[in-house]
Amino acid sequence: MTYSATEIMTIVASRFLTNSDICFVGIGAPSAACNLARLTHAPGITLIYESGTLGTRPDVLPLSIGDGELCDTALTTVSVPEMFRYWLQGGRITLGFLGGAQIDRFGNLNTTVVGDYGNPKVRLPGGGGAPEIASSCGEVFIIMAMNPRAFMAKLPFITSMGHGAGKGSREALGLSTKGPTRLITDLCLFEPDPETSELIVTAIHPGVTREMIQAQCGWPVRYADQVGLTPAPTDSELAVLRDLQARTKQAHAA
Amino acid sequence: MAEFMSLSAAVEHHLRDGQTVAMEGFTHLIPYAAGHEVIRQVKRDLTIIRMTPDILYDQLIGMGLVRKMVFSWGGNPGVGSLHRMRDAVENGFPQRLELEEHSHAAMANAYEAGASTLPFAVFRGYKGVDLPRVNPNIRSVTCPYSGEVLATVPAIRPDVAIIHALRADRQGNVLLEGIVGVQKEAVLAARSSIVTIEEIVDDFGPRSANAVILPSWTVGAIVHVPGGAYPSYAHGYYKRANAFYIGWDAIARERESFAAWMKANVLDGSPDSFASLAFGSRKSA
Repeated sequence: MTYSATEIMTIVASRFLTNSDICFVGIGAPSAACNLARLTHAPGITLIYESGTLGTRPDVLPLSIGDGELCDTALTTVSVPEMFRYWLQGGRITLGFLGGAQIDRFGNLNTTVVGDYGNPKVRLPGGGGAPEIASSCGEVFIIMAMNPRAFMAKLPFITSMGHGAGKGSREALGLSTKGPTRLITDLCLFEPDPETSELIVTAIHPGVTREMIQAQCGWPVRYADQVGLTPAPTDSELAVLRDLQARTKQAHAA
Repeated sequence: MAEFMSLSAAVEHHLRDGQTVAMEGFTHLIPYAAGHEVIRQVKRDLTIIRMTPDILYDQLIGMGLVRKMVFSWGGNPGVGSLHRMRDAVENGFPQRLELEEHSHAAMANAYEAGASTLPFAVFRGYKGVDLPRVNPNIRSVTCPYSGEVLATVPAIRPDVAIIHALRADRQGNVLLEGIVGVQKEAVLAARSSIVTIEEIVDDFGPRSANAVILPSWTVGAIVHVPGGAYPSYAHGYYKRANAFYIGWDAIARERESFAAWMKANVLDGSPDSFASLAFGSRKSA
């Protein structure tokens, strides 16, 4: 089956999720990947949305982080202060799954402004839960489609911290969580270099070249010594994802 | 002590120009009908507080009623930008909008501090990020026991909290369930409150012992507005109108289409229209 760039990005991301993950889910692409994992190889994954829903199992993807579907299918629903205090700050969430508008080579994210904060060219929605998801979850996955305006050499604003200015930045702030361990894109997979914490390409999706990756990235891309080839999406992965998207589209139009 | 009132009387009695108001609701139970009444009564120079300002705050901002917004995420969830908020921030239209921006964790803690009458909230956050650089209200304190440096933000103490709940009994006790957000904290943190509800019942009857209940002596005005959260939703009554949220993007994108929509649906509207919008062709949740 042929597939789109967004589909392979979502499917590759879903493959990294396991039954033992306790996952704080961002809306959009992270939510699609997490629910695809739950509907395929990781039915036991615990999905948590910041609206307070713990262990939710939605039949369609929510449009917002607080759709009724999430509460109806959750193990339990807690208040928002409890969510951020006991569950996120309490260190009970193993994996945070974020998207973003802009990213740098250390996995720092900007979802706040393009341009100057006081006089922005584009005002973005802001951080929401992300700043503390990025610091309190055991590790962080990021999912973003590549383009040179999004993959930036220098961010205008750091909304949530990745590896800061490089290896040791998190530790210097007293953080013991891992930060971004995977950046899944529509072209390739990035992981932090163990020596520098810079995100480097460790696997390339089928049909993608290094030139194509560099053309969509605002910093000079570095590669691991051994770069893998991403296995193409299987027919069954695509079928489950498309079925989920079709159900979702129908539900949101109602 | 809670007082049953009409919506127009409740807003007139409880909210004045220049005050600080929190209309809370975390996707669920957003008090749209009450917010529209605020717009009809042209309450000006407001400071509006909310973790997740969405369409309702876009409407207040676009109508020129807001001086300042305190928030942690301002967008149309799953759809995109709030175009009226962006126009105010980027172009100063219809007037400049001052922002005080936080993270969700900060605001959730700040509401809890407000409900507890503590002066500030303390939490582990804002590590390695730029918001403390642009928001002087984000500070820190050193733990007197461990020496750990922790983030602080001032408690939220609105003049008025406005929420939508599921039911009230005849004594004016209020019940909400489902995604309960920060509404209990917002009401307890505020000096006065307006609660719109789906239904008045003689007695709450069998319920979870842990349902969120605001006793009547913690609530200001109660107003019966069936459908009053539309296009948000009320757990067990009606579903979120996701198609409306998707459609709002085109309405709010241009100043003219926004103004025309507000005239037809808010300025010339009334709280009575919410029931048919929420329950009309939509099946009960």
